[in-house]
Amino acid sequence: MAAESVKDVVLSPVFKNNPIALQVLGICSALAVTNSMSVSLVMGLAVIAVTACSNLFVSLIRQHIPSSIRIIVQMTIIASLVIVVDQVLKAYAYEMSKQLSVFVGLIITNCIVMGRAEAYAMQNGPVMSFLDGVGNGLGYAVILLIVGFFRELFGSGSVFGFTVLTPVQDGGWYVPNGLMLLPPSAFFVIGLIIWVLRSIRTEQVEKAEYRIVANSKAKIKESV
Amino acid sequence: MASNNSIKKTLTVALALCIVCSVVVSTAAVVLQPTQQKNQELDRKSNILQVADLYEPGMDVDDAFDELITSRVINLETGEYSDRFDPQSYDQFDAARDPATSRTLSGEEDSAGIGREEMYSTVYLVGDNPDDPEQIILPIRGQGLWGLMRGFFAIEGDGNTIIGLSYYSHSETPGLGGEVDNPRWKSKWKGKEIYAEDGMSPDISLVKGGADSKYEVDALSGATLTSRGVTNMLHFWLSESGFGPYLARFHGNSEGA
Repeated sequence: MAAESVKDVVLSPVFKNNPIALQVLGICSALAVTNSMSVSLVMGLAVIAVTACSNLFVSLIRQHIPSSIRIIVQMTIIASLVIVVDQVLKAYAYEMSKQLSVFVGLIITNCIVMGRAEAYAMQNGPVMSFLDGVGNGLGYAVILLIVGFFRELFGSGSVFGFTVLTPVQDGGWYVPNGLMLLPPSAFFVIGLIIWVLRSIRTEQVEKAEYRIVANSKAKIKESV
Repeated sequence: MASNNSIKKTLTVALALCIVCSVVVSTAAVVLQPTQQKNQELDRKSNILQVADLYEPGMDVDDAFDELITSRVINLETGEYSDRFDPQSYDQFDAARDPATSRTLSGEEDSAGIGREEMYSTVYLVGDNPDDPEQIILPIRGQGLWGLMRGFFAIEGDGNTIIGLSYYSHSETPGLGGEVDNPRWKSKWKGKEIYAEDGMSPDISLVKGGADSKYEVDALSGATLTSRGVTNMLHFWLSESGFGPYLARFHGNSEGA
């Protein structure tokens, strides 16, 4: 594999090859935990930690992993890391871990983590793998924060808990949009982000796998 | 790569990995446990303050708890205060597991689904006089749909008028049974009454389709089994098997003391 620069490995997953926006992975937790920015931030940090460390450890032992059990080996490493992250959050960010509840545990099933371990860490050295993990985690966190920003702003009129648009309940003018606090709104926001990203970077638009032919009469004539 | 796939190598890698991972996980669990317990303690205290309607954002939970709330241990059977245990260190969940300090509940009696009940329970009192408190906060627990739900139930000093109900640990479905955490639902409890007549049989229950008496609270929509669990555990803990004898002492006290 051609040597990639550190900058490429860390930054390309953020916009050029974003795990959520381009590969559309890890959507489940992106819908669930983005109703406020602080929760999104903690979730993003947790995923960065898990992808980076799991990539590092998988890469360290990649020469010794028997291919017949490699998925289980990766899974075990990821699961252990997720439990550690969950324990750390419970000890140092208790309120936050209560809000994230089951979604920290569900990082195990986040396709980004597993995908990077299998696709990158199995073929590359530990340092690059670690950076690749950081980059992909970062790409995930950035999208989470953008989605969280819009959902919190329009759903509760605040950013990071600070009131920006004073809601009607507190005597302000802004009528909060309840839909934004519900998971479906994250679909809309992610969809819009993907639209914007692909409008700017047209190379991200997939080629159509086939094109419907306008008129197929000619072919029938030929065969007759 | 071929040698990697031999049975011996596969087993070695699997075993080594398991050992390393289990050591890492258990180390994390053991090292972080004290901090986690402190957090849980703090969370429990702020839950008690919240259910008693005394919580203000930004307050020092530890100080406020020490100042406003007195913990006492009571004998559940007689309803009397007991000095057998120190209320600061008494853990009724441990006690419920120990055969010496608990009793097995028969299937019929055990409507809350807890299996064993401790003989002594902690209660939290607001106000200076333990025989005429302003508020009584009772720890309750019982089966919901997916697992044990644990919470606090706050009552006025007359042992009958409800102040609030709040769960600090449960595993109900988010959005359905999980709505037991919804402040709007929780606010429906305030002012309801437990007993219609003197005695120890509670009348408070969750009902579907509009609660219209003061002994009824709206059930959670889409969460029949959770609602049933809540009703059952209240019936259990407020009956003769639970805090009934203790609360009966206060029934003569003036309304909303």
